[in-house]
Amino acid sequence: MPFKRYVEIGRIALVNYGKDYGKLVVIVDVIDQNRALVDAPDMVRGQMNFKRLTLTDIKIDIKRVPNKKTLIAALEAADVKNKWESSSWGRKLIVQKKRASLNDFDRFKIMLAKIKKAGVVRQELAKLKKETTA
Amino acid sequence: MSYKFHQFQVVGRGLPTESDEHPKIYRMKLWATNEVRAKSKFWYFLRKLKKVKKSNGQMLAINEIFEKNPTTIKNYGIWLRYQSRTGYHNMYKEYRDTTLNGGIEQMYTEMASRHRVRHHCIQVIKTATIPAKLCKRESTKQFHNSKIKFPLVFKKVRPPTRKLKTTYKASRPNLFV
Repeated sequence: MPFKRYVEIGRIALVNYGKDYGKLVVIVDVIDQNRALVDAPDMVRGQMNFKRLTLTDIKIDIKRVPNKKTLIAALEAADVKNKWESSSWGRKLIVQKKRASLNDFDRFKIMLAKIKKAGVVRQELAKLKKETTA
Repeated sequence: MSYKFHQFQVVGRGLPTESDEHPKIYRMKLWATNEVRAKSKFWYFLRKLKKVKKSNGQMLAINEIFEKNPTTIKNYGIWLRYQSRTGYHNMYKEYRDTTLNGGIEQMYTEMASRHRVRHHCIQVIKTATIPAKLCKRESTKQFHNSKIKFPLVFKKVRPPTRKLKTTYKASRPNLFV
């Protein structure tokens, strides 16, 4: 099982612990075996332990420690935001966030939609059953 | 990032006497956990260098020194003198960190773990930011690679906050990346 996601300059990672939980950050440099210098468009460049990061498949092309402008330009050029939001992992996170922010009326609407969908599925299933028995 | 050891600049001199109206002023940069300890350390070192004590001296200024560029990685070389169980030794250690305070804290924890030296037995002689060409230790030189690339071999899944931690889990964890 070879490794596919490497810690390298330009790797996009998701923060999975701490104050910046849920953010996508770029690994801009490696301090030592346990820490990386990490940057994102809306935060000050800082160090983060690898234990707080989960690597993603996305990688952008930057040199060691670019300045903020170059970093934002590179992120736009590689279209990281859209790639992330269209990936299955990104979509799952968006759905989780949506579900957590529902109010009671939304949950009621979802319940009605689920019942409707189940009804339609059951009708189709009944039709197929009749065809196979008949 | 809060560091335990802060860097202070302490300035002091002996009290003026009839024979010496303007005694020489001495300045030291040292590491301590707080200002009180920094002042005490200042007199400790100054006593060893000049004939002056806290009782016949005065503190002129004490300021904390903050890191100028905490967003860049630097290689720090630290020269220290420490007391082991058998005697005093000098040492030179290198650390890679974003701030000098971080490097000093790494030094104290490493000395405690590798040599069982407590922090009050360590005296920092000199610190310097070393350019990458002049680093001596392999463990810092291996990160001087602009195309550095390595996999994270061992992935431990943690709950995102300590509140969600449980003692028992239903299944064994999958540690592969």
